[in-house]
Amino acid sequence: MDMARLPRAAELARGSARNPRWRPGLSAALYSEIFASSREGSGAGAAVALACDGMRQERKAVAEEKAILWVQDADAIRRGGRPYRPGLPQSVRDRIVHVAARNCSDALFALEEGLRCRDLACVIGELAGNPKQFDFTASRRLTLATEKHGVPLFLIRLDAHPELSAARMRWRVTSAPSAPPLWNRNAPGRAAWHAELFRARAHPPGEWILRDDDPVLAAESPAVQSPASAAPDHGDLVRAAGA
Amino acid sequence: MAIWCAQLALDRWRHSHNCKPGEGPDAQPFALITETAHGPRIAAPNAAAQLEGASCGMMVADARTLCPALQTSPGDPAGDLAFLERFAIWVQRWGPWSALDAPDGVLVDVSAVAHLFGGERRLLSDVAGRCHARGLTVHTAIAPTAGAAWALAHYGQGAAILGSDDDMAMRLADLPVAALRLDDDVLLVLRRLGLKRLGDLAGIGQGEGEGRNGRDAIKRRFRNHRSPGANPLVRMDQLIGLVPEPLLPVVPVHAPLVQRRLLEPVRHRSLLDTVVDDLAADMVRELEARGSGARRLELALWRVDGEVVMRQLELAAATRDASHITRLFTSRLDDVDAGFGIEMVRLRAAWCEELTLAQSDIEAAAQEHGTSLAACVDRLSVRLGEDAVQRPTLRASHVPERAQSWQRPLDPEPALQHELAFHTRPLKLLDRAEKIAVLYASPDGDPRQFRWRGKVHDIARVEGPERIAPEWWRERGAARLRDYYRIEDGSGRRYWIYREGLADDGRGGMPDWFVQGLCA
Repeated sequence: MDMARLPRAAELARGSARNPRWRPGLSAALYSEIFASSREGSGAGAAVALACDGMRQERKAVAEEKAILWVQDADAIRRGGRPYRPGLPQSVRDRIVHVAARNCSDALFALEEGLRCRDLACVIGELAGNPKQFDFTASRRLTLATEKHGVPLFLIRLDAHPELSAARMRWRVTSAPSAPPLWNRNAPGRAAWHAELFRARAHPPGEWILRDDDPVLAAESPAVQSPASAAPDHGDLVRAAGA
Repeated sequence: MAIWCAQLALDRWRHSHNCKPGEGPDAQPFALITETAHGPRIAAPNAAAQLEGASCGMMVADARTLCPALQTSPGDPAGDLAFLERFAIWVQRWGPWSALDAPDGVLVDVSAVAHLFGGERRLLSDVAGRCHARGLTVHTAIAPTAGAAWALAHYGQGAAILGSDDDMAMRLADLPVAALRLDDDVLLVLRRLGLKRLGDLAGIGQGEGEGRNGRDAIKRRFRNHRSPGANPLVRMDQLIGLVPEPLLPVVPVHAPLVQRRLLEPVRHRSLLDTVVDDLAADMVRELEARGSGARRLELALWRVDGEVVMRQLELAAATRDASHITRLFTSRLDDVDAGFGIEMVRLRAAWCEELTLAQSDIEAAAQEHGTSLAACVDRLSVRLGEDAVQRPTLRASHVPERAQSWQRPLDPEPALQHELAFHTRPLKLLDRAEKIAVLYASPDGDPRQFRWRGKVHDIARVEGPERIAPEWWRERGAARLRDYYRIEDGSGRRYWIYREGLADDGRGGMPDWFVQGLCA
């Protein structure tokens, strides 16, 4: 056994020394679950934003042109609709391969086949509810596949309650009020989400307001950033106006 | 040599009804028809119908007044063309290569071939005899140029032969100008100019004085007509042989095919798997020799009682990997009923694409380094179905649900004008827009509150309306326009909703509201 890799007593005493707080730009966990309501687009939006954030870190090493597999089961399509190409971020727009699975076991098969494929940048899955087939064993299979082949998986769980799972990071995401745009303060602005990391292997739990601050993902503490006083976005314009 | 099947469509119809000319159903007045913008027209009347007065191009209603007993049936131009392609291969028995002369003829190169059949006269009688045995009415001619052979076959008498030492201009002088294969409007111009015979056109430049300028005048008249079919002078030169006329030869393509006849009929799955393994290996060798890969494979199983079970497989990219083929077929063979046994198995690659030699141990590599995208798509579409694995593409339409279409994942994207980025679109679009109940201050104003799937949302911020008009060239006249609003409710949920129509547009009652998309 390699003694140097074992944690030291000081690290065990203070968890933060070994497990830093999560922030955007850290290399993403390979298997994240995102719990969201099917009444809003926050789950898919946060999954795409986290996936883009993860791909940005790998950008130097890996080509950007790899495809993205988006798997949905029939119930998820019925509740939340399909991805719409004109609304996707510019960088992923032409790379989506969509799989419409009939039921949960087909969707799990598609997810696992996707994780084994070296030509995919990442796999995004959407499962509705708590299907019986998706138990701890199934999630453990996904973990093993993603860790063997290194393809990240972002699994959106619509209207599900968190059961036992082998996911490395588990998020609970709801929509958050967006920062008003400068030129039309009555219009909805860039997307924002209230994200709660409630279970993670490498990071302590926490809450953030995630903001898709194209091209990067911004995270703020919800206590500091109350929605009413949020600065308008569209960064450079705001700074120029001194708002 | 030109072969003109004068009644190709009718001959095929007679063949399908198994009757000789003038017998059975062909004894009654009958015509094949085509649908045109102005109603059905006669494409090919038979002899009895022609006697009664029906002619080609006549409206069916007019023909019925002349001949009330006229029977009709729709023509099959696509089938005729497919027949003609097979016919063009068949006529290569008389020459090394042949070319299609759509819609109802073929051209065969018989240079230095006639002596094999005992002279040109006997060659033509051989053609006539064999075509007659197939039930085809043909007119044939042999001439030094394709144009001359075509002219003689269509407008000459009998089986005309034009030798290379005959005076071509003189032999062809009596034929009408239609023998030049010209377009209808050019024929009309020539008729108005009084040029009716080929001799008129050929002799026009040979006179003295004024007559010498005739050819220049015609050249000026047709100076902008570049295509041979629109320029009588080019056609005339091709007919005489002064200008070359390239023809596109027909080349038969044989699909790779391997089969196994089994000594003992197979009734068990494991034996069948072994046979499919062997066939896949044979097929891979066959494909490797051609330097191609299979895109579509057909496996046919002949049972002892004569039934044939077909299993078809379509692949996302050309492949030449035996274990991949076997693996894909394995899941397709689960529901095969072997009956009393299978005695022959045949594998055919109906669609091949070029594939150069490459590393072949794709399965071993898959264990180590993961599968390729094509293999992944194949596995998914075999289990989930062809329509389950798709890629979204853009379509030129303003209506949101039509602006996105789906295609197979590895097909190239269609070329399209770049999408306009004036307006933000939602991240996800519902398959069907869902109806909502909306509270608003005024019918044309911003929405204030809506109820969707049983819950009430207070609208905090609104952007809109973005007006999208219906596509009048496609939809009914009563289709209503849509006013789209991008909204955010009090807790930050963002939606894309629209109002269908205006209160006073006169196309129905009060407009309904729908939610169509979920924004990120």
